[in-house]
Amino acid sequence: MNWRHWLNRLFIFGVCSLALIALVPLFSVLFYVISHGASSLTPGFFTSLPAPVGEIGGGIGHAILGSVVLISMCSLISIPLGLGMGILLSEYSQKPVSRVLGVVVELLSSIPSIVVGLFAYALVVRPFRGFSAHAGAIALSMIMIPLVARTTEEMLKLVPRSVREAGLALGLPKARVILNIVFMGSMRSLTVGVILAVARIAGETAPLLFTAFASQHWFQGLSEPLASIPVQIYTYAVSPYEDWHAKAWGGALILILMVLGLNLLIRVFLPRRKDG
Amino acid sequence: MMTPSPALLEVKGLKAFVESTEILHGIDLGVSPHEVVAFIGPSGCGKSTFLRCLNRLHEETPGGRAEGRVSLEGQDIYAVGTDPVRIRRRIGMVFQKPNPFPSMSIFENVASGLRLNRIAKGIELEARVEAALREAALWNEVKDKLDASGMSLSGGQQQRLCIARALAVKPPVLLMDEPTSALDPVSTAKIEELVIQLKKETTILMVTHNMQQAARISDRTAFFLYGDLVEYGPTTKVFTTPSDRRTEEYITGRFG
Repeated sequence: MNWRHWLNRLFIFGVCSLALIALVPLFSVLFYVISHGASSLTPGFFTSLPAPVGEIGGGIGHAILGSVVLISMCSLISIPLGLGMGILLSEYSQKPVSRVLGVVVELLSSIPSIVVGLFAYALVVRPFRGFSAHAGAIALSMIMIPLVARTTEEMLKLVPRSVREAGLALGLPKARVILNIVFMGSMRSLTVGVILAVARIAGETAPLLFTAFASQHWFQGLSEPLASIPVQIYTYAVSPYEDWHAKAWGGALILILMVLGLNLLIRVFLPRRKDG
Repeated sequence: MMTPSPALLEVKGLKAFVESTEILHGIDLGVSPHEVVAFIGPSGCGKSTFLRCLNRLHEETPGGRAEGRVSLEGQDIYAVGTDPVRIRRRIGMVFQKPNPFPSMSIFENVASGLRLNRIAKGIELEARVEAALREAALWNEVKDKLDASGMSLSGGQQQRLCIARALAVKPPVLLMDEPTSALDPVSTAKIEELVIQLKKETTILMVTHNMQQAARISDRTAFFLYGDLVEYGPTTKVFTTPSDRRTEEYITGRFG
């Protein structure tokens, strides 16, 4: 037992303690949300509309559906655009358009989400005279597109140059090398990146406040205001009613479970190849 | 077109640059069909760059550019309007480090050139993949696990997989850039044996740092030094009675 041995021990102990400290907030959030929200999770909570003020019961079914609609619309816009931009940023990084795009993506991803909401309000809500699902999806896309573009760029840059050169040396056109070898070869990490981006926007509240706004009804069309889980949580949480507070916790729990479910999905359906 | 030259590959005044630095100072060299040509010389003397100019891969290096004439079967591959993609289909390449496509199986790796260029499919594709794997002396080791990832093979097997991938499109010329420098002696011996076998099918240009290897398997040897081709001739002559003092000094280990 020399001093190196003890130094090693001390270091491992230090690292483990830091890891534990980092886990404390995570588990306390989980514990707190579960202990406050679990009691709200009745079958009716998932399927019914909110009850009128003063009445006990009701649910946030409309907000769950609304979030699904918003996330789907946003994904339809953002995934193709984000992947395309990512390819441009990674594979054509020398081109001037790519350099400009890099700066744009950088700026977009650093805009506070409330500003994104205000911008979408000015861009879509005002001209079309009304809150709508369209506006909400556009606001969310402004957050999701740079996220997907950045992760795509970084994942594609991880593919070694030797692999690209092997493709070129086989006489494949550059586009084929990019699509069939670089892009398809990164499918797993790209899917993870996209799912993480979806999880991120699933919880966004600020961009929706001025765009999709809120609603007490089921989905009524893409040009109408639309409820979403985060905004519903906000509405319930700032209310003076005990029952609504419990429902806000319930909504928070659903949101956490959704994000957790997406993460599990990655692990179950995309097992890392042991050999790759 | 002019009368076809007797040589398969004819290089005239080839200069290569990266940005403004001249890496090759005008190389003249000819290669006949079914020869194995070894390229020797100290590191950084331009051997790899020379090889990469022959399939126009050098221009994919950032800042890379080449000047001069390289004709393959009488056709100048640097002529204006020549598509590098078409040239590369006729000149295969094997790299220093094995680089199988990571997301593809063994079969898909060998099939990639044929499939993605739409040269073969179905039963013909399967037959050509098998033939290429046999040519690369890998078939017996992988025939029962063609669906396994190419990355699951050992280093030596991966390199033979890359050779099979290059051979599947039946290139008349195969470039090998230090194909054994990352491999153990047993794998190296297998690949050397393979090169001698492959001579019947194709013409091989190989960069090597292993002098014995060059002596063992090549018909001609080219000695590069600081971007110049110092000596080029039959391997036995280059190794026993070199005409340039620098070649002799390098071969006998006095520098490099």
